[in-house]
This record gives sequence, structure tokens and C-alpha cells, in this order.
Amino acid sequence: MAAILSVQNLSKQYDGGFQALKNVNLEIDEGEILALLGPNGAGKTTLISIICGLVNASSGTAKVGGFDVVGDFRQARSLIGLVPQEIALEPFQTVIDALRFTRGLFGKRNDPALLQSILEKLSLWDKKDAKTMELSGGMKRRVLIAKALCHEPRVLFLDEPTAGVDVELRKEMWDVVRQLKQDGVTIILTTHYIEEAEAIADRVGVIRGGELLLVEEKERLMQRMGQRQLRVELMQPLDAIPEALSRYDLEYAADSQTLIYSYEANGERTGIASLFADLSKAGIVLRDIETKQSSLEDIFVGLVEDKA
Amino acid sequence: MNFQAVRSIYSFEMARFFRTLSQSLISPVLSTSLYFIVFGAAIGSRIDEIDGVSYGAFIVPGLIMLSVLTQSISNASFGIYFPKFLGSIYELHTAPVSFVEIVLGYVGAAATKSALIGLVILATAEFFVDFEILHWGAMLAFLALTCISFSLFGFIIGIWSKNFEQLQMVPLLVITPLVFLGGSFYSISMLPPFWQTVTLFNPVVYLISGFRWAFYGTSDINIGISLMMIAVFMLICLGIIGWTFKTGYKIKT
Repeated sequence: MAAILSVQNLSKQYDGGFQALKNVNLEIDEGEILALLGPNGAGKTTLISIICGLVNASSGTAKVGGFDVVGDFRQARSLIGLVPQEIALEPFQTVIDALRFTRGLFGKRNDPALLQSILEKLSLWDKKDAKTMELSGGMKRRVLIAKALCHEPRVLFLDEPTAGVDVELRKEMWDVVRQLKQDGVTIILTTHYIEEAEAIADRVGVIRGGELLLVEEKERLMQRMGQRQLRVELMQPLDAIPEALSRYDLEYAADSQTLIYSYEANGERTGIASLFADLSKAGIVLRDIETKQSSLEDIFVGLVEDKA
Repeated sequence: MNFQAVRSIYSFEMARFFRTLSQSLISPVLSTSLYFIVFGAAIGSRIDEIDGVSYGAFIVPGLIMLSVLTQSISNASFGIYFPKFLGSIYELHTAPVSFVEIVLGYVGAAATKSALIGLVILATAEFFVDFEILHWGAMLAFLALTCISFSLFGFIIGIWSKNFEQLQMVPLLVITPLVFLGGSFYSISMLPPFWQTVTLFNPVVYLISGFRWAFYGTSDINIGISLMMIAVFMLICLGIIGWTFKTGYKIKT
């Protein structure tokens, strides 16, 4: 697959001297969903803003569909849709007028059938004649998505699409994003909810302090970085871990009736079989066992702490 | 050139004008009518003719200019400031438009609005005083040039303003005095020689003088100079806007 977005050596220093981005390089394939994950102030929005034309880069280049976002801004921007972080709508405009306006800004003639299908997909069709100020917060957000889609972009940027959104609506938003991916739109979203990246992204980029720490396929990242835990519940509490089990690096849970064994998920030998053998040799009776895959969140926290 | 975008911005702005018709049209008409009643009928009847024109008729061009200037500035500055305030300006930055389309759309709409207001005031004046217009073409041309150049000026104010206070400041503190001292209500020749010279630094003097010439064929200042001055003012505004967008000053970080 060809890269639809290519960012090279992108840096941004704001007037106050704050270095928001440090030499960022990034390639994004057509049709994928990339989640840019990072704490507040990491540079996620700055990166998106430079690509979309809201902020001037200090150095480096960004190309969308082969077009430079500064030199060939008309062609580049025609391919991009942006859903901003903050809700920003003209309060007196109706939903359908807002869409027509945006489509016009992108130099395209009104296309009632297309606008209808976009609004229907986002469950906004019955609100088409409502003024944007009359809508609920969730609907306003969907209007922003509709506006970003109405000129048929190939790349869609979602800047924290679910910040401050309730759980119900967040799930709904994820469905929308998955639907868009099916329609062939490339999606780049920023988030500081790891859960969100885990739920919908194909690849995850972790950004912190203006640096892109890594970009990797979500599955592989979780596999590579992922730890599995085996929790063994015992019939009887243990006073101490028996000598025979000392080589396993076991931890006690607070109730001293559960042993926790951590191992690499993709290690060749997990050591589980020999652990069980040794447990029974030591005469320890088990009541229950449970294994747990560490989440992207655990990985992320580990990663950010590592580099700190 | 993205003409569709110009059209979108233009019609959006015009829709705002018609949505708030009472505010955008009735208030300037009302205040101008009050001027006509007070200065034209009540006080004017006791003032001699100026250059062979009755005082009531003499102030017509000046009053139109007064409204057109303030309306151009407030319409254009508000038009671009409001999306900035709302945050919806992101759309202009991310759309495939350059400053040319943005300026054509916003300034074009603001100039259209103030030209409409100017013409409505002209029609209103017919109810209060008798006057004739000698040079219709020149009158319309002056009206258009003034609307465009001061809408450009208002656009700059809208872009540079950081808050609503600054947005109001320039029209209030700069434009109103310039218009009042620009010969709306009197002929420059009525001033002492020193103040006549000072007045020549007021750009509005050239506008009002030229506009009045289009009505009555007499003016304080040569019509050619008036035209040149307004053209210079317009070019300066265009230059500032071009520079503002090119450098991203007050627009982008």
C-alpha cells in the first residue's frame, strides 16, 4: 500500500520558545486507522494542525497524497478533512447549511444526495434543518464530522473525538470511525484514552514531549510489549513462598492466598508447566487460576515512564 | 482560484445580514433620519446656503458617508472576527482557499451590505430634503470605492483584534472623529486656514469632498486628488492584508 501521508523531520517551536515537535517522521498507509497516543501537551494537536494548515511548521515537510501541505496546499487540503477538538460551529446556521458551506469552501458544488447520505450515516438527517446551537453536545460533534466528510476527503483527522464524551457516545463514535474505514477513508485520530486506541486503531503512535517514541501495529505492539500474568488462587493462605518455588519470581497478592506469576507472552518457554509441577510437589493445593494480558494502557504507562 | 469558495463565504455573510435585517438596516436608517430632522430641518433652516446648496441637501453626502464608513468597518470586522471568536475559522485555514478568496468573500459581502445601506439612506433622504445628483456614475463609483476600501480596513481590524473591546475601539475612537471632522456637516473652507491644512491629513475629507462633488458639482478638493487618495488608501489596506496572510501575523502560530 502506498503512503497517503508522509511527514519528514517535522519540528515546531512556538514563539514563546516552546518546542512542541521534535523532528517527527511518520508514514501512513491508505485505508488504515492510526491512533496518536500521548498525554496532554505531547504535541498531538500541533502535528495535526501543521498537516491541516492551521499552524506553520518551523522546519520539515508534510505531504498528503504526494502534495506538499504548504507548496501545493490546494491539492493537499482537498484530500483532508479535519474534525477539531473543540466544538466550533456557527450557532445560527442550520445543519444542512453548515455542510453546504463547507462543501463550497472546498470548491465543490452542492450535492444533495451525498449530503443526505452523510447525515443519515451520522443519524443527523432528521436534524438537518435545526440550528446548530439547538443540538446536544454529541450531535454537534457529529455535525463536525459530517462537515469534515462532506467534501469527500481521503484522509480524515479526528482530534480527540471523544474527549469529554460519555461512554455511550464514545462507543457510537467508534462505530462511526469503523464505518468510515470500511468506506476506504484513512483515519488519523489523537487520543489520550488508551482504551480508544486499543478499540479501533490498526497502528498506534506514541508521542510524548514532541517526540514520536514509536509507531507500531497495535497487535504487534501489544504482543511485543505485552506481559501476561498468571494468578493462582490457593486453598490455604501461605506464610511464605516455599524454597522450592523461589526461582519463579512470584509475588503475593494482598490476601496472601493468591500467587502472581508474570511471564512474556511470546516467550518460547513460559515456565507455566514446571511451575504447576513444582506447586504440586510442594503440596500446595490450587483453587482457581486466571491469566491476564496486559492492556495497551499498561504498555503505555511502562513506555512513558521508561523515557521519563 | 476557488470561485465556489468565494460564493460560499459571500452568501453566508449576506445570509447573516438578512437574518438580522432590523439591526443591519433599520438602525442606520433611523439614526440618519434623526440627523436629517435635527441638522437638516431644525438647525439647517437657520443656516445659509453653502456653495449654492441648501444646508439640508449639503449634509446628505456626508451623512451617507458617515453610515457607509462605520457600517463597512463594523460589518467586515465582525464578519471575520466572529468565526475567530467561535473557533470556526479553522475551516478557512483547512480549506483549499488562499487569502484572495477569503478577502473577496468577506470584504465583498461587507461592501455590498454597506452599499445597500448607503442607497437606502439616500432614498430616505428624499423624504426630508430636496436634492439632485449631477453625476450618478461618479456617485455610485465613489460609493463603491468607499465601501470596498473601508471594508478592507474593517477586515484588518477584525483580524488583528484580540477581543470585542478592540473590535469596537477603532471605529469609535478613530473613525467617528475623522468623519465628523471630515466635513460631513460643513465645508472645509469654513475653517480657519491652519485647520484647513490640518484637515488635509484626514483621509475622510477626500471621500466626503469627492462624494459631494458627485452630487452637486462643487467640492473642497479637486476630484482627481480625491480619487487618488481613496485608491492609495485601498492599496495600503490590500498590502497590509496580503502581508498579514503571507506572514501569518495574528492568524497562525
